[in-house]
Amino acid sequence: MWRFIAIRTLQAIPVIFVVITVTFFLVRAAPGGPFDDEKAVSAQVQAALEAQYRLDLPMHEQYFAYLGDLFRGDMGPSFNYPGRSVNELIFQGLPITAELGFYAMLVAVGIGVLAGVIASLRPNTAQDYVPMSLAMVGICMPSFLLGPLLVLVFGIWLDVVPVSGWGSTPGEKVLPSITLGAMYAAYIARLSRSGMLEVLSQDYLRTARAKGLPERVVIIKHALRAGLLPVISYLGPAFAGLLSGSFVVETVFQIPGLGRFYVQAAFNRDYTMILGTTTLLATLIVVFNLLSDFLAAWLNPRLRYQFQKGGK
Amino acid sequence: MLSFLPLSDLRVAKIMTIPFSLAQQVRSIRMLLGLSVLTMLVACGGSEDSGGSGGLTRVQQGNLDGVLHFGNGVEPEGLDPHIVTGVSENKIVSALFEGLVVKNPVTLEVEPGVAESWDISEDGTVYTFNLRENSLWSNGDTVTAHDFVWSWQRILTPELGAQYNYNLFAVENAERFANGELSDFSLVGVTALDDFTLQVQLRSPTPYFLQLLDHYSTFPVHRPTIEEFGGMSNRLSQWARPGNLVGNGPFTLTEWQINSHLRVEKFDDYWDADKIRLNAVVFYPTENIVTEDRMYRDGQLHRTQEILLDRIPGYREERPEEVNVEPWLGSYFYMFNTNKPPFDDIRVRKAMAMAIDRELLVDSILQGIFEPSYSLVPPDTLGYFPPKTFSYDPEQARQLLAEAGFPNGEGFPAFDVLYNTHEDHRRLAVALQQMWASELNIPAQLLNQEWKVYLENQDNMNYEVSRRGWIGDYVDPNTFLDMYITDGGNNKTGFSHPRYDEIILEEAPRTLDRDARYELYQEAETLLMESMSILPIYTYSTKHLIHPSVHGLTPNIMDYTNLRYVWLEPEASVESAAE
Repeated sequence: MWRFIAIRTLQAIPVIFVVITVTFFLVRAAPGGPFDDEKAVSAQVQAALEAQYRLDLPMHEQYFAYLGDLFRGDMGPSFNYPGRSVNELIFQGLPITAELGFYAMLVAVGIGVLAGVIASLRPNTAQDYVPMSLAMVGICMPSFLLGPLLVLVFGIWLDVVPVSGWGSTPGEKVLPSITLGAMYAAYIARLSRSGMLEVLSQDYLRTARAKGLPERVVIIKHALRAGLLPVISYLGPAFAGLLSGSFVVETVFQIPGLGRFYVQAAFNRDYTMILGTTTLLATLIVVFNLLSDFLAAWLNPRLRYQFQKGGK
Repeated sequence: MLSFLPLSDLRVAKIMTIPFSLAQQVRSIRMLLGLSVLTMLVACGGSEDSGGSGGLTRVQQGNLDGVLHFGNGVEPEGLDPHIVTGVSENKIVSALFEGLVVKNPVTLEVEPGVAESWDISEDGTVYTFNLRENSLWSNGDTVTAHDFVWSWQRILTPELGAQYNYNLFAVENAERFANGELSDFSLVGVTALDDFTLQVQLRSPTPYFLQLLDHYSTFPVHRPTIEEFGGMSNRLSQWARPGNLVGNGPFTLTEWQINSHLRVEKFDDYWDADKIRLNAVVFYPTENIVTEDRMYRDGQLHRTQEILLDRIPGYREERPEEVNVEPWLGSYFYMFNTNKPPFDDIRVRKAMAMAIDRELLVDSILQGIFEPSYSLVPPDTLGYFPPKTFSYDPEQARQLLAEAGFPNGEGFPAFDVLYNTHEDHRRLAVALQQMWASELNIPAQLLNQEWKVYLENQDNMNYEVSRRGWIGDYVDPNTFLDMYITDGGNNKTGFSHPRYDEIILEEAPRTLDRDARYELYQEAETLLMESMSILPIYTYSTKHLIHPSVHGLTPNIMDYTNLRYVWLEPEASVESAAE
């Protein structure tokens, strides 16, 4: 299995390299440049600006210079925020986005697993239809609608949580976490329902019940462990999705996270920032997918056996 | 027993036949419920102790502490006065730095800043500023005339690439130095006669020169700090950051968390510190107008940068004294590519301008808060009123179009109306499309492009008709009119008129008498409007919600804020909170 992990990891590196290269040339091919503004810039100023950011070099030299810097861990200066480096901006935004993503994940797993399990215990009854219909609503409702709706009800009418911000009071984190987690909760609910249905019909559960175990133990100890496998393999991609997809929630709730940099950078043609955030998110997505593969292999003996065979 | 059933049915059968006791089921559900509630509590912390219901809102607390919470639009890109270009930066930079003069927030005329007084020579080309001796940098150094000389050298240094360096081009030899044609800065017309006397030699009398000295591009910067952090021409320097930044304005920078907030506090050694009544100001980036609106209603902001257009009627009913809609020094217009047929025909351009009912546009889709405009410069720009050369006249418009060879719009080619992607621009473009179709029977097509693409197409004159906006940099008609000199970088229409160039470049800058100069500008603007290279639509307004406890945020056409004059009155806000 170790060999398998090593091979999978090595396969991931070229993927990231291709993402960097494609992004580098694609952003430069986009019309308009980082210094275009409504007010015209004189030719001299434009030339001076390009020189400060090495844009006056031939394209391939810029590319290799960028790769060299990246290899040393330097993602360059931001075009849009003079005096700030991309490293600094990312490492300021990433922990906040990761924290938000973590809470959203807890919300998603908490609500999703609960709803899925409840639904699976009595399939095709009201106990199934109600949570599953809610899950459908959750999947369909975009966060730019759900967020303001929650704010209106809990922030303004009931006035129990602040409407925006991050970091000054714990209450500020409630609504953004729920908003961001809702869609994932819905997916997880559906996944855990089908996973549980699959498992509940298995012989070993009948054996468990037959030897007189209380239903609680049967469900939680025996059924959940196997029934939630699909959920676990979904968690990796889901977390990567939470990190890269938090832009809307960050905008609605005025959260200083990474998602806003990611989107603003594209509009501003902030070349280094686009490259930095894209590279980082691509890396995270690859890494989380790898991790969830490894985790699934570790939890599921059948997969593990396959891996061992593949390793030989 | 059930072996005759196929496998899939077998599974279903098992689920159905295994008996569940209701009690067991309830117990397991309860357990799961408990687990997940616990998770939620751990995840989110107690929500009861936050919120606004129990304690004071941020605004109420701010009123007690003398802290103004200021919604400031987009996140500032930086705080280096010679590098930034935006409106949101302006508010903060003006709090942290001070130029030779400041503007009076009511009249917008200049008042003493770092300069206590100044003399202007008879011919208007030599300015001698007497600097006050008690103006200090926030590290305790004294602000001297040498600081200004060095700072102006910095913004004019070609390698810095300062977009706003042209604000000093009125100074003798400044433009040549900035273009690299001259490398000896001592030939540029700015000299420190002694520590507190600054002399400026202009290349020609520039009647609005004093107005420029309140623009951040002419502000002094602290030489030792900049030299410590990478030198004069380094754009990537860290000097303008909390902890590093040394300024000479009424406030000092204490905190800046990007995309979250930026805090400035009163500078106790500022020369006029006794008159400052705020202890601190916190600026919030509020790019999302909807979020800003919620923050205001939740008591997190004293002042918003914007009001949602659709909410204005509601707020005017509900809290009229908080709605501040005021004329702004900005024009919203369309421009023609006068090189492309059929827009090279002046009659076509005039017909299209006359076919638009601006009053109707403003009343219907713009909530009546903007002023219809028939010219480029907004009315009452420090006493200047633009000429009105045409009015809404569909009859004459049709006649002009017929004369141009398109009777009843026949044979008129389909053309694109270019605008940058935004709902407000789209709504307006749709209305114009309708008006042109119904009055002139000409087929406009809407073409929206993302901001940078739109800018590039305008620059390359790769458009037919395009939306454009312009906000004045200083209060003088020149900030609008100098766009349309022949081949000017901001012209983008192909408009060219020798007399226009002569007025803007030669005659007006030499005319010291304001009334005589405004007459010249009237003449120039009449030329511009008679060619109808641009199609004026409306004059911008600023829209702010301002909490009743805030005083001294005086409205003016520049939307200029001088935080020195702002104060908070807690009593008023306690009353409004009790309502």
